[in-house]
Amino acid sequence: LALYFHSGEREEKCIIEDVPSDTLVIGNYKVQRWDMHRQEFLESAPGLGMFVTVTTPDAEVLLSKLYGPQGTFSFTSYLSGEHAICLQSNSTRFVAFAGSKLRIHLDIRVGEHFLDESIVKAKDKVNDVKIKLEHLIEQIHHISREQNYGREREEKFRKTSEETNSNILWWAVVQTLILISIGIWQIKSLRDFFISKKLV
Amino acid sequence: MPLRGCPAAGSLLVLLLAACATRAAEITFELPDNAKQCFYEEIAQGTKCTLEFQVITGGHYDVDCRLEDPDGTVLYKEMKKQYDSFTFTASRNGTYKFCFSNEFSTFTHKTVYFDFQVGEDPPLFPSENRVTALTQMESACVSIHEALKSVIDYQTHFRLREAQGRSRAEDLNTRVAYWSIGEAIILLVVSIGQVFLLKSFFSDKRTTATRVGS
Repeated sequence: LALYFHSGEREEKCIIEDVPSDTLVIGNYKVQRWDMHRQEFLESAPGLGMFVTVTTPDAEVLLSKLYGPQGTFSFTSYLSGEHAICLQSNSTRFVAFAGSKLRIHLDIRVGEHFLDESIVKAKDKVNDVKIKLEHLIEQIHHISREQNYGREREEKFRKTSEETNSNILWWAVVQTLILISIGIWQIKSLRDFFISKKLV
Repeated sequence: MPLRGCPAAGSLLVLLLAACATRAAEITFELPDNAKQCFYEEIAQGTKCTLEFQVITGGHYDVDCRLEDPDGTVLYKEMKKQYDSFTFTASRNGTYKFCFSNEFSTFTHKTVYFDFQVGEDPPLFPSENRVTALTQMESACVSIHEALKSVIDYQTHFRLREAQGRSRAEDLNTRVAYWSIGEAIILLVVSIGQVFLLKSFFSDKRTTATRVGS
C-alpha cells in the first residue's frame, strides 16, 4: 500500500475504472488523519471510516458501504464501462478546522490474480506449476474479456463517426434547401411589394 | 522432490521481499478545472521506476505533470503534454511526489490516467533456492507469462487511445449538430428579417419615387 494522496476531511475522491463485464476489481485502502497538535499523520485514527461507493456506467450504485480506517473492498462488474469508485470519510467532527486533511493509501487491482498467496500454498513441484498455469489461464480470460469489450467500444465509436457523417450531410442539404427557398421567397416578396408600391 | 520442503519457506521470504520492492499503481481520475492533484510514493534507493500518463478526455487533452524527489529537486516537468513516459532510478530513499495540474484551464475538467511502476516484476519461479534448472514446463510458463504481460500492457494502451479517439468523435458530433441547427436558424432569421427591413424602408410616406436597384 504505497501510493497515497491527500484529501480534505469531507472531500469525496473518485477513481474511474474502465472494465469489461464480469471482471473482479479489488481495492485496498488505508486512511490516516492529520493531527494538528503533533503536526503529523496519526498511524491509526479510531472512529475514522470511509464510505466506499461504486457506481456502474449507468449511474446505478453497485456497492455502498462504510469501512474502517483500513479495508479491502471488491466488486464484480456486470456491465462493461466506466465504473466510479468513490471514497469519502465519515468524519463529522473536525469540519470547522482548516488545514485538516486525510492521507489515503490506495491500491486497486483489476481482474487480478493472487500470485503471492498462491505461492505460499505451493508445497511441491507439480502444484507449483499447476498454480502458475491457473494464473496464466485467468490472465488469458481477462485478456479475452478486454478484447470483447474493445470490440463493443469500437462499434460505438464507428456509430458515432457515422452519425457525425450523416449529420453533416443532412444539415448541408437542409441549409441549401433553406437558402434556395428563402432566396426565391425574398425575390418574389420584394417584387410584389415594389409592384404594389408602384415603384416598378 | 524432498528438497522442496525447506526451500519453500526460503523462497516465500524472498518472494515477500521482492513483492515489497515491486509495485505498479494505475489510476484513472478526474481532474477538475484549476485543480492540481498530487500523489506520493515511498521508494528505496536504486529502484528503477517508470511514470506514464495520458489524458483521456477533456478540452485540448493536455495536462501539466511534475515529478519531484524527496529533496524537492524537480526530476521531470512538462507543461501541456498529452502523453508521456518517464523512467528514472531513485537516487535516494524517501517519498517521491508527482503532480498533475489543470490550473491553466478555466472550465474543462480532464480525465487523466497514470501508471507508476516501481521496481521490476518478481520472477515467476524464484530461482535463489533451486537445485535444478527450470523444467521445460516452467520455462514455457515463464515465457507465456511475459508474453501475456505485454499483451495486457498493449491492450491498456489501445483502450486509452480508443477512449480518447471516441471522446473526440463524440465532441465533434455534438458540435456539428449544434452548429448546424444554429446556422439554419440564423439563416432563416436573417433572410426573413432582411425582407421586412427593406419593406420598412419603403413604408414611410416621405419618399415617393426612389429608384430601386442598380
